[in-house]
Amino acid sequence: MMGHAHDPCAHCEEMMQPYLDHILNEEEMREAEMHLDQCEWCRRRYRFEESLRVYVRQAIREPMPAELKQKLAALRIPLD
Amino acid sequence: MPEAPSDATRIAAGARDRVRFEEEALALSEQVYRVARHVASSREDAEELVQETYARAFRSWRSYQPGTNLRAWLLRILTNLNIDRGRRAQRTPPMQGLEANDYFLYDRLAESDGGLSDEEKVVERLSQDDIVTALSAVPHDFRDVIVLVDIGDFSYQDAAQILDIPIGTVMSRLHRGRRILKRELAESVLEEGT
Repeated sequence: MMGHAHDPCAHCEEMMQPYLDHILNEEEMREAEMHLDQCEWCRRRYRFEESLRVYVRQAIREPMPAELKQKLAALRIPLD
Repeated sequence: MPEAPSDATRIAAGARDRVRFEEEALALSEQVYRVARHVASSREDAEELVQETYARAFRSWRSYQPGTNLRAWLLRILTNLNIDRGRRAQRTPPMQGLEANDYFLYDRLAESDGGLSDEEKVVERLSQDDIVTALSAVPHDFRDVIVLVDIGDFSYQDAAQILDIPIGTVMSRLHRGRRILKRELAESVLEEGT
């Protein structure tokens, strides 16, 4: 691949975010997957990133206070 | 020729549309709160922000176009109010020490864990507090994008519309923001380890 002929892992790293965001085109996707198939080093890092995203979403989930829900309902404009 | 609807019929139809709008908007409140909680600086701020958002949405419900993305419409109001409130930190500080690659956090965690451990276990070394604190340390411009895309599940396009910035800016902020988040996480873990 241009610019990364000597370091396929550096190129793979650049593709990680777009790969996980599903915005690579088909050819790039194939290229990333081909590299991941043979490279455990990158594969571990991709898996980590994926788990990290899920973990972050779970960690910051905080239920909405019930009183707030009631306050919002009270903001509704009364019918005439 | 059909008779023109009476005033009473028209008013009734208008009221029905409004009630439907209010109900649809309220059904999204959990999702709106989830975003608010992390773009605002505190829980109290988030609650106020959500209330202001709904008060404004209910007042200006007629400017919402039925069939378009109501959640994005509400969050557009919310992010504008958040900016208007002037409760944002000053502009983004310079990105000193931003790690050169995306594998940084994994490498640091795996390294301090003696190397070859399972990726999911490595993630679990981060506590919920670590994550909440790290996210709140990400500068606003970057955090807004992370919260909308990674937590609110908005597309790049929706996030661009909500924040009124070009899609390319959404992508670059997301990219940098995620790295800043990982740097913050790495720092908190390294601190705990010392």
